[in-house]
Amino acid sequence: METVEVVGKKLELDADGNLKNLNDWDKEVAQEFAKLEGIEELTDRHWIVIEFMRKAFQEKGDAPSIRKLTKESGVDTKELYALFPKGPAKKAAKIAGLPKPKGCI
Amino acid sequence: MSDQIEKVSIVVSKGSLEGVYPGLIMANGARMEGIEATLFFTFFGLDAIINNRMDNLGVATVGNPAMRMPGGLKMPTFLGAIPGMSKFATVMMNKEMENLDIPPVREFIEMIKDAGGELYACKATVDMFHLTKNDFCPQVDEIISVGQFYEKSAGAQIIFT
Repeated sequence: METVEVVGKKLELDADGNLKNLNDWDKEVAQEFAKLEGIEELTDRHWIVIEFMRKAFQEKGDAPSIRKLTKESGVDTKELYALFPKGPAKKAAKIAGLPKPKGCI
Repeated sequence: MSDQIEKVSIVVSKGSLEGVYPGLIMANGARMEGIEATLFFTFFGLDAIINNRMDNLGVATVGNPAMRMPGGLKMPTFLGAIPGMSKFATVMMNKEMENLDIPPVREFIEMIKDAGGELYACKATVDMFHLTKNDFCPQVDEIISVGQFYEKSAGAQIIFT
């Protein structure tokens, strides 16, 4: 099983390299995952997206689509790509400790 | 990992709803994976970026042997030709799309543009249909020739839809 060691903890990962257990996640873990994705510092704007994703996941059982993020998180498409370069939905899901989004949009 | 796709160039050549969506979904999907995406609209595909047409694309109910009626029965061609049939199929498809969180064409084009995708119109078709840049939605970058299309597609996988 793939694991990663962050903030002194050994965490299990799924096949996509995302956190396997939702409960392993906390803000420190998010910060470390962000660094692994090339994002040095999580800003307030990042956190809006991360919190929105976790909330949506708890309600729906899947990470939200980029369209839902754009329309409902309060962060528009352009900014999403600026905050999470090269794949906002995928990266934000990883940092939020969620599985990779399943949807096509 | 050099065998990963880094850039795609997608040609949209059809103007029906089912002809346009695959290209848009692939372009948006590419950007979501961090892949560069260029869309090139040609022939009737231009309808997807023409300002006063893009909100009214329809599903083709004639000339499509895969067309089914609600319930799954094959739709005979003559039924598809009945006035209102295409409109009905279009309403149905738009509804299903909305359920899947797939946006209407205009919103989709805006999303792809905001995501960093590039949109081009085919010069030969623009000339043939007597169109100008003003006929297109503001997201269209430029009207380009096929030669320029190949230049812009350097290093890309070209996908024809």
